[in-house]
Amino acid sequence: MEYVDYYKTLGVNKTASAEDIKNAYRKLARKHHPDLNPNDKEANKKFQQINEANEVLSDPANRKKYDEHGKDWKHADEINKQRQQQRHYSNQGAQGFAGGEGDDAFSDFFASMFGGGDRGGRGRQAKYRGQDYNAELHLNLSEAYKTHQQTLDVNGKKIRITIPAGVENGQVIKLNGHGAPGTNGGPNGDLFITFAINNDTRFKRLKNDLYANADLDLYTAVLGGEITIDTLSGKVKLKVKPETQNDVKIKLKGKGFPVYKKEGEFGDLFITYSIKMPVNLTDRQKELFTELSKS
Amino acid sequence: MENLIPADDFCTYYKVEYSFINSLEEYGLIELIRTEKTKFIDINKLHDLEKLVRLHYDLDINLEGIEAITHLLQRVEDMQQEIILLRNKLSLYEQTL
Repeated sequence: MEYVDYYKTLGVNKTASAEDIKNAYRKLARKHHPDLNPNDKEANKKFQQINEANEVLSDPANRKKYDEHGKDWKHADEINKQRQQQRHYSNQGAQGFAGGEGDDAFSDFFASMFGGGDRGGRGRQAKYRGQDYNAELHLNLSEAYKTHQQTLDVNGKKIRITIPAGVENGQVIKLNGHGAPGTNGGPNGDLFITFAINNDTRFKRLKNDLYANADLDLYTAVLGGEITIDTLSGKVKLKVKPETQNDVKIKLKGKGFPVYKKEGEFGDLFITYSIKMPVNLTDRQKELFTELSKS
Repeated sequence: MENLIPADDFCTYYKVEYSFINSLEEYGLIELIRTEKTKFIDINKLHDLEKLVRLHYDLDINLEGIEAITHLLQRVEDMQQEIILLRNKLSLYEQTL
């Protein structure tokens, strides 16, 4: 377990009064409180450190133990007892305090004490809501196209969630009650999931609309015709008007991305034609083009 | 009614003064639903209300401060949404390059 200087965390010296500690905590809490720093993981972490320091230093008994025993303050009673035994039975080769609990016990202790992130100086046994959890879920664009279920592992607990079609990159959804447990019987916090969507398709997405290019041969562009293009919902036949120009954009209504939580509603698909010039022309073809150019 | 919590119950549960809830309403920071005798809180607004309670009781921020912070947080949230939108737009053009 690493030694954490709680005085340094709160920016006070070791002779600070209870009032100094309270003021320092309040000042730092106002700066780093998660409510005032939404979606800021660093601020959240800092706030937990401040809380941890305050919890120890604001309690005179804990502060005394911390001053005397540093990182082992939590085992102060056991250490003192052990020391007394050593004094009395030193000739019997009594062993020193062995720790008992691993480093993790320290974090767990604080995790249970500081689950709230929203407890504080009210000085009463109020019920506190548990801390909110934040998680990032990576999805492919093709997966986000359909409503599907995924199982998440949140602090060892499996949560099965339904992801509605149409979630966007960076979108955050809230799962009520899946955060840290509350203290003193308070409600659980919430779980906030941020979606990180990787594009595994040839389409570009902007909100609910999709964009793609389609190659068009010169003859179809000039004379018109029909081509087949792929969309996320399958193949679509498209009529090409005669004399279609390069970079012309057409809209396929309702062939875009599903609108989030609006069943049956879709954005549009925009196709930009890219006309491909014929290559390796035969002499006869060149003649025909020459004739055409003179007509 | 199933999505409503009596304001009295909220105050008892969170050990806050009823006058605080009333003041929040006066400042337009929360909306209470009234019946003949009782005021209720919409369960969907509970998260926001809990936040206001924390700002006041845990951080010693007065109502004027809470009002200002609420406006600023709304702006932060709007800007975060805009950043997401702009990032997504940017990636659209980056894919083109």
